[in-house]
Amino acid sequence: MLNGIVPHFIPLDASAMKPAPFKYVAATSLAQALALKAEYGDDAKFLAGGQSLMPAMNFRLAQPAILIDINGIEDLAGIHPSGATTRVGPLTRYRALQRDEAFAGMFPLIDEALPHIAHPQIRNRGTIGGNLSHADPASELPAIAVALRARFRVQTAKQERWVEASDFFVGALTTDLKPDEMLVEIELPRVKPRTGACFMEIARRRGDFAIAGVAVMTTLGERGECTGVRLAFCGVGETPIDASSAADALIGHQPAQTTIIDVAKAAQAMIDPGGSVHATADYQRHIAGVLTERALRTAQRRARDGH
Amino acid sequence: MDIDFHDITLSVNGTKYQRRIESRLLLSDFIRHDLALAGTHVGCEHGVCGACTILLDGQPVRSCLMLAVQANHHELSTVEGLADKAGEYHPLQQAMHEHHGLQCGYCTPGILMTITAFLDENSSPSEDEVREALSGNLCRCTGYQNIVDAVLAAADRMRG
Repeated sequence: MLNGIVPHFIPLDASAMKPAPFKYVAATSLAQALALKAEYGDDAKFLAGGQSLMPAMNFRLAQPAILIDINGIEDLAGIHPSGATTRVGPLTRYRALQRDEAFAGMFPLIDEALPHIAHPQIRNRGTIGGNLSHADPASELPAIAVALRARFRVQTAKQERWVEASDFFVGALTTDLKPDEMLVEIELPRVKPRTGACFMEIARRRGDFAIAGVAVMTTLGERGECTGVRLAFCGVGETPIDASSAADALIGHQPAQTTIIDVAKAAQAMIDPGGSVHATADYQRHIAGVLTERALRTAQRRARDGH
Repeated sequence: MDIDFHDITLSVNGTKYQRRIESRLLLSDFIRHDLALAGTHVGCEHGVCGACTILLDGQPVRSCLMLAVQANHHELSTVEGLADKAGEYHPLQQAMHEHHGLQCGYCTPGILMTITAFLDENSSPSEDEVREALSGNLCRCTGYQNIVDAVLAAADRMRG
C-alpha cells in the first residue's frame, strides 16, 4: 500500500448491510427458475441485470424472500432474426443490442434510443427483459415495444402465452405478468420497407429519466404518401402511451407541415403527465408536442431518403 | 430466517480469493470490507454516482448494484491494479495528475476504471465521446473540464 499504510477493515456487521436478508439461488436452467417462482410466487424475484432491482433492494423498498438469479441461464440471452420476426432473449444486455450492427440496421428505433438509457456501466449489465418487466413509466423500451408492436412470450412452469406489448404494461411498475410467470422472449416484427424511425427524448441530464420521450415510425407508399404512423410516448403517464391514432390525419397524404403540427396537438391531448418537482405537467405536455413534431419530420425524411 | 451463506471464488487484479459471504453482501462492500481493497469508493449505493465502478470481466459495472455472490468465478479489476508493479502510474492516472483531473478524489477510482476500459475500445475518442463515456460518473469538484482534458491527453499518450 502507498506510504506503507495498510487500511484495516473488519467485515461489515449485519446492521450495516443494505438489502434485507434473502435466500439466493443461482438458477442453472429456465425450468429450475420457473419451478422456484411457482413455489414462492410474489415472495421471489428474478434477478437479471439488477440495475433497477438492486437499488430498490438497497433502499429496502423491495425485500424479496428469495432471489432467483437467472444470469447463468445462457439460453435466455441472444438475438435471433428469422424471416418476418426477430426474437430477442430477455437476458440480452443493452450492450449486446448496441453492438449488434445487423440488429441496429433492422431496428434503428431501438438503436437510436439505447444511448438514452442510463450510462455505459448500467448498459453493460441491464437487460431488455428486466427493463420491460420492471415497467418504469419513464423507461424508453416499453414505449418502443408498443411502437414496434412487439409481442412477449411469458411462461410458467406449466404453460406459456403471448401478450401484445400494448396489453403488457398495466400501470407504473406493474405488468400483466402473474406471480409465477417470466417474460422469456421478445418478438419484434420486421419493419416495413420505406419506413423511417426516430426516437427523441428530453431529460435533465444525459442518461437521466425522461421528462418526455417519443418513438415514431413513419411508413411511406411508393408515391411518397404516408401509409402508416406508429407514435408512442414514454415518461408522460403511468404506462407507455400509444398515440398512433393522433396521426390518422397523415394517412393517405403527402405529409405536410401544417398536418404535423395538428398531429402533435392531437397527441398532446392524449397524454396526462403527472408532473414532478423537476417538470410541471404543462411543461411535460409542451415537450411531448415539440418532440412529436420534430420526430415526425425526421422519421418522414428518413423514410423518404432510405435511412 | 437463517443467514444465507455462500462460498465464492473470484480473482481481483489477478489475485485469487476464496471467501464465505452472506448472500445480501454487496460486491462493493465485499471488495472494501472483506478484501480490504479500499480504493473502490461507495457514494450513493444505488447506481447513480459511479464512484464504485469496477471492471467485471473487463467491462465497467457498478459494484454497488451487484451482489458479491454474483461475482463467483468472475475476474474483477479495481483501481489498485492500475499502476504497474513498480508503482508507475497508468498513463490515465498520470494524465489526471498533470491536468488536475481531481480535487477531493472521491470519484476518481470510478472514473479511472470507466475510462481505462473506454480507451481500450476507443483509442482516439472525440471530446463528445469522452463526455458520453463520463456521463455515468459524478464529480462535484472539477466541473469535468480537467477530466476531459486528462482523458484526451492520456488517449494521445497511449497511442504513442
